[in-house]
Amino acid sequence: MTDNQPVISCRNAWKIFGDDPELFYKNITADMSFEDMRQKGYIAGVRDVSVDVAKGEMLVIMGLSGSGKSTLVRCLSRLHDITAGTITVDGQDLGSLSERELIELRRSKMGMVFQSFGLLPHRTVLENVAFPLEMRGQDKHERRKRALEVIELVGLSGREDYFPRELSGGQQQRVGIARSLAIEPDIWFLDEPFSALDPLIRREMQDEFLRLQEMLGKTIVFITHDFDEALRLADRIAIMKDGAVEQCATPDQIVLNPATDYVAKFTEDIDKARVVHAGAIAKPVNGTAVSGEPISSKKTIQELARLLVDDDRDLIPVTSDNGKVVGNLDRVQALDILLR
Amino acid sequence: MTAIATQLPARIDGLSNVRTATVLFCVAIALAFLKPVLPEWLVRLPDWMILPWAQWLQALFDFVREDLGLIYVTRTITAGLEFVLDATANIMYGKHRWPYLGPISWACVAGVSAILGYWLGGRRLALLAGGTWVWTAVIGQWDLAMQTMSVIVVAAPIAVAIGVGLGILAWRNRTIEKALRPVLAVLQTLPFFTYLLPAVIFFKVGPTAAAVATIIFAIPPMILMTTLGLKKVPPDVVEAGQMSGSTRWQMLRHVYLPAARTEILVGVNQVIMLCLAMVVLTAFIGMPGLGAKLLAMMGSFKLGRSFEIGVTIVLIAVMLDRLSKAWIVKQPVHFEKGTPWWQRHFFLLAGIAVFLLLALLAWIVPYFHEVGRRQDLSMGREIDDVIKWVLDVDWIQATTEWLRWFLNTKVLIPFRDSMLWLPTPSVIVLFAAVAYYVGGLRSALVIAAFFGIVALSGWWDRSMITLYTVISAVVLATLLGIPLAIFASRSEKWSGRILLACDTAQTFPSFIYLIPAIMLFGVNDVAVIFSILIFAMVPLTRYTIEGLRGVPVELTEAADMAGSTRKQKLWHVQLPLALPTMAVGFNQAIMFAFFMVIIAAFIGTQDLGQELQRTLAGNELGKNFVLGICVSVMALAFDHVIMRWVAGRKAALGLD
Repeated sequence: MTDNQPVISCRNAWKIFGDDPELFYKNITADMSFEDMRQKGYIAGVRDVSVDVAKGEMLVIMGLSGSGKSTLVRCLSRLHDITAGTITVDGQDLGSLSERELIELRRSKMGMVFQSFGLLPHRTVLENVAFPLEMRGQDKHERRKRALEVIELVGLSGREDYFPRELSGGQQQRVGIARSLAIEPDIWFLDEPFSALDPLIRREMQDEFLRLQEMLGKTIVFITHDFDEALRLADRIAIMKDGAVEQCATPDQIVLNPATDYVAKFTEDIDKARVVHAGAIAKPVNGTAVSGEPISSKKTIQELARLLVDDDRDLIPVTSDNGKVVGNLDRVQALDILLR
Repeated sequence: MTAIATQLPARIDGLSNVRTATVLFCVAIALAFLKPVLPEWLVRLPDWMILPWAQWLQALFDFVREDLGLIYVTRTITAGLEFVLDATANIMYGKHRWPYLGPISWACVAGVSAILGYWLGGRRLALLAGGTWVWTAVIGQWDLAMQTMSVIVVAAPIAVAIGVGLGILAWRNRTIEKALRPVLAVLQTLPFFTYLLPAVIFFKVGPTAAAVATIIFAIPPMILMTTLGLKKVPPDVVEAGQMSGSTRWQMLRHVYLPAARTEILVGVNQVIMLCLAMVVLTAFIGMPGLGAKLLAMMGSFKLGRSFEIGVTIVLIAVMLDRLSKAWIVKQPVHFEKGTPWWQRHFFLLAGIAVFLLLALLAWIVPYFHEVGRRQDLSMGREIDDVIKWVLDVDWIQATTEWLRWFLNTKVLIPFRDSMLWLPTPSVIVLFAAVAYYVGGLRSALVIAAFFGIVALSGWWDRSMITLYTVISAVVLATLLGIPLAIFASRSEKWSGRILLACDTAQTFPSFIYLIPAIMLFGVNDVAVIFSILIFAMVPLTRYTIEGLRGVPVELTEAADMAGSTRKQKLWHVQLPLALPTMAVGFNQAIMFAFFMVIIAAFIGTQDLGQELQRTLAGNELGKNFVLGICVSVMALAFDHVIMRWVAGRKAALGLD
């Protein structure tokens, strides 16, 4: 079934910058480090990356500046051509698309939001939002109607005739978001959309974003350098360093079992109890007795804090959304996470 | 010694540069001192080495023109251009040609310009735009001004269109960009006579040739600004356009060009100003208008009328500059919902209303249609008298007399004679030594080649006179301009004032600078130097102020806290950091001087410019080109060395 097929599938993708990347790629050996390549005048923006994004999933790509996260998302949207590997979108090989087909794909399926907004300064809010619709040749009335819809969705009604420079940063990014949603894309790329905003506005925009996603249920690739933001939004997080993915897993797993020292450094100062869910550390029942009031697998350990302290059971049953018991929570283990 | 060598390889490199440069310098000096014993062929190139370049080029041009049939192509272009020029001439000053509508009443032009000025920049610009035309009409120069403007309104849009087109090509294609760069460099340094003669030969004398020369003269900055603007479009905006599914054409039309608006409009501003400067100069090839009148009046020493025409040209220049600059910064503004239709288009409607109203007024009162011959308020003779009276005041006369005597006998003539006395190889080696010091072997070879071309062209002595004029004027401009700039940079108020004055002066067509020079010193070398001096002082002063004001505040504060006096701060902090910027101004001053020295041929110089002016009369295209190239390579030599130095200095200081 197509349901299980990932929307975006990226296999051993490489993106090398330099004079002759193709030739250089052929001579790469497994033990060559990022630094070795740089000595030879080449930068590996994306290094042997394989990730899948399932339908309706939000994958957050996290990394410090220069880690290649922005390059990766540009490969997924083919703003950059990859040097090696394959990327498929809905089963179509992205690299083999002609310019015409690529334009068609972007006009029907993809939307992207940029860190510094990328608004056209000579166009009003309405004209900016309607821009992708205009590009695909929709008639004036239809695109106006649709643009007004999305403008309302992002809460900018009444500002349609303003020019970008007349808006605050947060408002400008709302325009960027509205524009990326105008064509009703299936896939939504967001490249550090909130990094240029100040912390209070950033928080507000994250909430807004979660509200939109609840409504729209898009397949999302979200780039950030802010680990808290990643934990807050992600279904899964891919942590990148020097162009390669260090670990790609759910926030719970990353916090509980960091795969490398580099990932561990990020998780060190994180309050794990706020991230880890009961479901993530529940152990299979395996015939042990389950007794008493169950707890929801969706609750974080912090949310369960009082219960964990007050309760005297060693094992607490955990139930999924439909009320079925999925396992037992080891109370001492949970308390360890809480108290650290 | 070896330890230092391993630690500081760059330093050692620099040292060897200095050593070689010193050796070259000594060779140059030795050649100069040994002149009496040098063989003849080392003092000046022997005749057999100077090939008949002019004849060869002439033959080549004739071949292209007649045998390859370029003349037929240009004749077709001429016909088309002439038709457009006739149409604008009809509308603007009533030349008897299609569409037989004009002329428009001067009051209408003034009124609509005022509305345009108000829309672009408020009351002051309205006053400037309207006032300029009122002055022009009332003083009785309306037809002259319109003759000039009728060429500009055709030439400027064509130059912009070609410039943007070539700019886009250069931005798209690296090869084209690389090919264009040297061509543009040469074009920007060629003396204007070299634009004029081909225009006359290939396109009919008068407005058509003037338009062609003007267009070609104005294109280069448009190309550069377009390419620059397109390159500067932020990557986010480009990617947003791509992700919106734009095709290549849509990207260019809807994303790149609008996003590069500012740079493109800066280019448009430069095109307009260059057009005006050149149209005035096309008086030399029979283009009627303000330039021709000015030339005639100065020729017959009618200073009062010259002064009036000068004022008109300056007013038009300042107006065009301010209007186009206001357009650059004009941002679109939104209207609140429910704004009525007439309010959204208020200025357009007001323009139409003013036009109709004034047309009606002009129909009733002929004065507002055309200022008659006896109605003008020209006071040429009275101004003449005033000028004569002022110049007759004893101390003024004494001062100018003394200056003239002092400069001529103590500075200019000795300097010129020594330049002419120096053996050719000595001069070449001297310049090569400087180039070696600044930019190493490559620069030295480039400079030697450039001056080698001058020597081989057979115009060495004339070139040296040009060079002497340029150097003396720029040195004097430096002596006056830099102290002025240092003084001005001390206070916010004075920097603002002087910068504004420089900005304004820079918009004047270069021809204007001859007027005060002739007024004060009459017709001689000192007047030439003086006109170049004020023209060259403008960029020098301007860049020096900008360089000094641009020194980061932390650094001056650090100097203050280190207890330095004003003088110490200036010498040890401000000047070293401002020097690269100042050098850019110095470079521009030299380029301006090379431009102006050719115009000064009108006063009667003995340099390349004079020869160039003569080629106009004889239609000697080959000779014209040889002379033009001589001026161009000398200018390029200075440009190369100074800009190399600036780049090196900036890198050393860690400035961008």
